[in-house]
Amino acid sequence: MEKILVGQLASLAPRMGKEVIVGEQKIAVFRLSDDRIKAIENVCPHKQGPLAEGTVSGEYVFCPLHDYKINLNDGQVQEPDEGCVRSYETIVEADLVYIMV
Amino acid sequence: MKEKLVLIGNGMAGVRTIEEILDRDPNRYQITIIGEEKYPNYNRIMLSNVLQKKMTVSEIITNPLEWYEENQIELINHDPAVKMDPNNKTISTSSGKEISYDKCILATGSRAFILPVEGAHLPGVVGFRTIDDTENMLEAAQKYQRAVVIGGGLLGLEAAKGLLDQGMDVTVVHLEKWLMETQLDEKAGRMLQADLEKQGLKFLMEKATQKILGETRVTGLAFSDGTTIETDIVVMSIGIRSETTLARTTTIEVNRGIVVDDFMKTNVPDVFAVGECAEHNGNVYGLVAPLFEQGKVLADVLTDKETKPYQGSTTFTSLKVSGCDLYSAGNIRETEGINSIEAFDGINYTYKKIFVRENQVVGVVLYGDTSEGNRYYNILRKNESIEEYTPVSLLHMVGEEASTDVSEWPDDEVICGCNGIDKGTIMTAINEKDLTSVADVTKHTKAGGSCGKCKSVIGDVLAYALGGEVVSAPTGICACTDLTRDQIVTQIYAKKLTSSTEVYRELNFSNPEGCPKCRPAINFYLNVAWPKEHEDEKESRYVNERLYANIQNDGTFSVIPRMRGGKTNPQQLLLIAKVAEKYDVPMVKVTGSQRIGLYGVKKDDLPKIWAELEMKSAGAYAKAVRSVKTCVGANFCRFGTQDSMGLGIKLEQRYEFIDTPHKFKMGVSACPRSCVESGVKDFGIIGVDNGFQIYVGGNGGTEVKEAVLLTTVETEQEVIDICGAMLQYYRETGIYAERTAPWIERMGFELVKDVLLDPEKRQELLAALDTAVTGRRGNPWDEVVEDAQTRQELYTVGRV
Repeated sequence: MEKILVGQLASLAPRMGKEVIVGEQKIAVFRLSDDRIKAIENVCPHKQGPLAEGTVSGEYVFCPLHDYKINLNDGQVQEPDEGCVRSYETIVEADLVYIMV
Repeated sequence: MKEKLVLIGNGMAGVRTIEEILDRDPNRYQITIIGEEKYPNYNRIMLSNVLQKKMTVSEIITNPLEWYEENQIELINHDPAVKMDPNNKTISTSSGKEISYDKCILATGSRAFILPVEGAHLPGVVGFRTIDDTENMLEAAQKYQRAVVIGGGLLGLEAAKGLLDQGMDVTVVHLEKWLMETQLDEKAGRMLQADLEKQGLKFLMEKATQKILGETRVTGLAFSDGTTIETDIVVMSIGIRSETTLARTTTIEVNRGIVVDDFMKTNVPDVFAVGECAEHNGNVYGLVAPLFEQGKVLADVLTDKETKPYQGSTTFTSLKVSGCDLYSAGNIRETEGINSIEAFDGINYTYKKIFVRENQVVGVVLYGDTSEGNRYYNILRKNESIEEYTPVSLLHMVGEEASTDVSEWPDDEVICGCNGIDKGTIMTAINEKDLTSVADVTKHTKAGGSCGKCKSVIGDVLAYALGGEVVSAPTGICACTDLTRDQIVTQIYAKKLTSSTEVYRELNFSNPEGCPKCRPAINFYLNVAWPKEHEDEKESRYVNERLYANIQNDGTFSVIPRMRGGKTNPQQLLLIAKVAEKYDVPMVKVTGSQRIGLYGVKKDDLPKIWAELEMKSAGAYAKAVRSVKTCVGANFCRFGTQDSMGLGIKLEQRYEFIDTPHKFKMGVSACPRSCVESGVKDFGIIGVDNGFQIYVGGNGGTEVKEAVLLTTVETEQEVIDICGAMLQYYRETGIYAERTAPWIERMGFELVKDVLLDPEKRQELLAALDTAVTGRRGNPWDEVVEDAQTRQELYTVGRV
């Protein structure tokens, strides 16, 4: 596991995602309305939609292509759809955001 | 090692059987499907809608290729099975593949029956069975004028209507005295004919085709009575024949169809048959409901579930031609022991006939009003005694009839006849899975997914299930609230709610941050209500509007620079070309509204491209005033009466970047030839010698609506003012995501007309529009190019 610096907390807008590419992995990083940071794979299991561009509500993101609803904590696709994306641990230290990859 | 199951035939019956098997035991078989056509599984019933241009081919695909992948089904497509060896349990395909099986399902369907007359194989003679047939017909309609459809049955009439809709001169030739003679009695058949004649179809009844004329291509038909008719194409629609060629090469017993027992077994071990190719108890079915009933039985058999034997099906029919509502089910011949009750309403032009044997309904024909079809079908199917019904009743009071009250229906009442889904199944699905829309119900239960006629009843069941005791339609704008648009907007004003957080809190939304359905809507309502106080919420806007570029299916974006009125110049073209080359833009295309689009742009390139283009954004991505399409008009065209380009540019300039409940498209044509197709624009102008006709509420798109003539005015200024008034009125009263056609229908055309044509109200609306949009109409691309913070937050991608 490696600790990857995403950037300052202030560079992330609340309820909007940002794509971070680490090597081959595309990761979507989200700042929730209460400033917690979540990170999941940036590829919707349905049609590979970029989840970073989706609508964020609470602890979920809705894929911009076909509205798949995905839990930002565990990457689980919500019913009635199915699937799962990888989720990543995140750390905020001294206003800097990191993800564990 | 899983058992190998091979399905021959990639159509409705076979694939449905596979779905049923996967439902019961997804891991039981290693499945291979062999298909003849080049498409994945599609809904053949909907071909008429494709021909009538109500649906597209992609909309009738029921199981896309991903479905096969997800379920690990091997699909051998566009490669029909040509040989079968039941002794060695192998099947060979046309390309030479050999596949072995443990269990085999034959679902080869049927083919259009082609009359064995001279000339039947001439080019221009087609059947109507497949997507390719349908596309051939659509293509022919482009090239030729006259069409003859042989066969006045269900499919023939739907084909004829489709060709008529494509602008052809269509004659239906029918052998019998009246149309659809197996499903309708004479009276209903004649009513149908009269209605279709009103729509423009021509009929030649009691005509037997003797010969198809033509040497290199069809030119006409000769009938047995010596008469002839000229035509450019002939559609044969006189019936279908089971496709049994493959089975006939083996020892499988074939009669009219492949003979099966009550468990869909053929006489050969481990070989089964379902659908139109199968013959059960002497019957071959050509309708969808029996296929699905058979599929269920076979799925049970193949997964070792106990099952009731298949005992044949009671079929029903309805016609997919608008303006001709008919329904027919069961036995509709008055033979010995069968009597009928008939009611004809000459005022509303409706007709009902119920066929009764020993106090039980055995058949029904409805014409003009088919809302009770389902109810009769259920009485029929359940062999209910009709002693308790009033056989004939006239003029009962409104509301007296409880028959369509779904709350009183028993659970085993069938709602979707095609798929055999009853009320209980739908209720369970709604309750267990929290379904809130008809589409959801279809997704989970398949009810409504075939011919679609039962969707309104599904809506009633849904309303009943969600509304508890009171039967009322679900009213909320989304699953987060029960409040309607009007209730929300009223509360926004009454409580002076100026942010979406307040709306969600004060109006008790179940989800405090909403969903992709309500968030953009609330943001829009707030913008309209409090243009100064409410700060537009980027995080509530859909990605296209947030980034000012359309997201494409692969996650890249499109850039469409502003070209007002569709007009451009060499400098713009050079710039666009330069940028496209520099940023490796994979596709440059002229859009549907006369702009040049750059497609496949990477997100982080967007601001750079905008900066280099030095052009404005076209707003081609938003629920907003899109663009104004124009013809070349009086500038160059010899017919043009007005300066359509000039007016288009003025309209675009005046109203660009204004948000509306849904996209708002305009067009200005300079003469009644309407090259711009102003009749399907939200706001369409047709220049005439003495001024401008204004049409409103025309929508292309998912539901095509023709625009209605609002008025004719003399000056460009009046056009511009009426447009602004309409925009603001639509902004103030529209439901988010409601286009202008349904908006006008909901408001009432007369009301909209009164408001827009009243000079005082028009001025008020224009003033309100100007106030609301002041300071909100900058070019969004400039803002991004100039604002480093926005670029950083929205357009950069981190790379490590």
